[in-house]
Amino acid sequence: MENLSVKYYREGRKKKLIILGILFATIILSLYALNKGAAGILFWQTFQSLFGKGQDISNIVIWNIRLPRVIGGIVVGGGLAMAGTIMQTCLGNPLASPSILGISSAAAFGANIAIVFFNAGLVGNEAISINNPYIVTIFAFGFSTLAMFCILSIARLKSFSRESIILAGVAFNSLFTAGSTLIQYFAEDFQIAAMVFWTFGDLGRVSWKEVGILTTFCLLVFIFFMGKRWDFNALDSGEDSAISLGVDVDKIRFISMTLASLLTAVTVSFMGAIGFVGLIAPQMMRRIIGVDHRYLIPASAIMGSFILLFSDTLARTIISPIVLPVGAITSFFGAPLFLSLLIKGESRR
Amino acid sequence: MILAIKNLKFSYPSNEVLHNIEFSTKRGEVVIILGPNGTGKTTLLKCINRILEPTGGTILVDSINIKDLKARDLAKKIGYVEQQRRGSRCTVFDAVLLGRKPHIKWDVSEKDVKIAKEALETLNISHYAFKHLDELSGGELQKVIIARTLAQESELLLMDEPTNHLDLRNQINVLSTIARIAKKRNISVIITMHDINLAFRYGDKFIFMKDKEIYKAGGKEIVDSETIEDVYSVPVNIIRYEKQKVVIPI
Repeated sequence: MENLSVKYYREGRKKKLIILGILFATIILSLYALNKGAAGILFWQTFQSLFGKGQDISNIVIWNIRLPRVIGGIVVGGGLAMAGTIMQTCLGNPLASPSILGISSAAAFGANIAIVFFNAGLVGNEAISINNPYIVTIFAFGFSTLAMFCILSIARLKSFSRESIILAGVAFNSLFTAGSTLIQYFAEDFQIAAMVFWTFGDLGRVSWKEVGILTTFCLLVFIFFMGKRWDFNALDSGEDSAISLGVDVDKIRFISMTLASLLTAVTVSFMGAIGFVGLIAPQMMRRIIGVDHRYLIPASAIMGSFILLFSDTLARTIISPIVLPVGAITSFFGAPLFLSLLIKGESRR
Repeated sequence: MILAIKNLKFSYPSNEVLHNIEFSTKRGEVVIILGPNGTGKTTLLKCINRILEPTGGTILVDSINIKDLKARDLAKKIGYVEQQRRGSRCTVFDAVLLGRKPHIKWDVSEKDVKIAKEALETLNISHYAFKHLDELSGGELQKVIIARTLAQESELLLMDEPTNHLDLRNQINVLSTIARIAKKRNISVIITMHDINLAFRYGDKFIFMKDKEIYKAGGKEIVDSETIEDVYSVPVNIIRYEKQKVVIPI
């Protein structure tokens, strides 16, 4: 029989190759996305601009519009997928995703309050816009973190049991959705339009400043999650097993859920709701690469980046120059993809 | 003395599960806990492993109160095979390697991989090392969890009905392996089980539990038909076959 250790290391190398493959595909897609858009910049001009040697107009388009958007997509996709991976592990629920805890609905509720009570939305020149994005982002972030702390505080009463977190999340999701409905019911037409516009996830909202904040936060959370990858592997084998392997289950669950929720709150506040990436990317990678978090966390993050970047590129180019909301694209393709994964998974069993 | 339990109590809000439990175990000893369902055997193991917090009493491992140990240090001292387990998309090798978790600082070393490989070989499960856990039968999965606990290299092994799901041949193989390892590594093993005859064959010390308490504890000499009848409310005969006591329910 082949030496077990040799085969173990070979399996590890295979997984690393898969991760490198997805990373390579994401880099190629990024270059394609940088080149595509309404400005009609040629491929070689894109490259020249990337190195600061292009024409003024192409330099502006590449550096101020497309590059922040592409990097924003990579970071947000990776962050949402990472948050989904960790939530699925901490809650022992394959359906867990950043939206399950009501964080997205809380952010939408906060944004709605900013739009209605602080006049942050307006309609001008036949276009709907958010005229004060900072106040909308602050309110969205404030309410989503408030929801997160309420959910985790209630769950704390039940020793952070998986069920208590999910049930509290479902309750808060329902509460904030109802709140948004009531606000919209009494709002003016243009305010409702601005609210709906905000809830469409859109990568075009970010500038370098937001990209910087998101990247720093995502990287810090990634380093923390990778440092705890063995704890997550132990959690996957059951709570009692994890404790007997030296994991402080309550503590790791609280810290990880807080960070995953904050990650979601930050991305949703800047970009609006982007569904399915946090659910589908970890689900795909669990099937392809397995549940070892040494590989699963980076693999899911890169797959999340690829999915969001692909969806955004499609959203920008499919009926160019009109840009579709990326949140609609991710959900439109995510739902059938998720169903096919579900059916394949069931038939394998 | 590897383990010393004094005046241990455990209660849920509505009912008491363990009352004044006291016993100790020595290195190299296989201790078998016997008793009807619902007498607190699993709860006792979970208290020793700090999965449940006792409502009273002390548990000393190597003369250290387990409350004073960090989770990782406790895991280096105590390994646990739980009664209910589930499969996942994790390979058998990775599941056994996970037993090294208390010893891993950043990533697994060659030593960790070697120890996991040896644990797989000890349990004779190398041939399915790269299968996923959710593709295994209950018995195969049971052996994987036992291998993981062996890879943990702890000084005290707690095993909650480890022979569940195993056929007779595998029950004998697993128990004889565990008894051999206890002697070889000079560690203590505490096993809960229901098969009294298998317990006789591999145990050095026996603890009979009844109504939340220890009814009787000691060596093979304490196991008589009267004790078994009192604990299980079933009349039995004990005969000798090739120097072994054999319990036959009447």
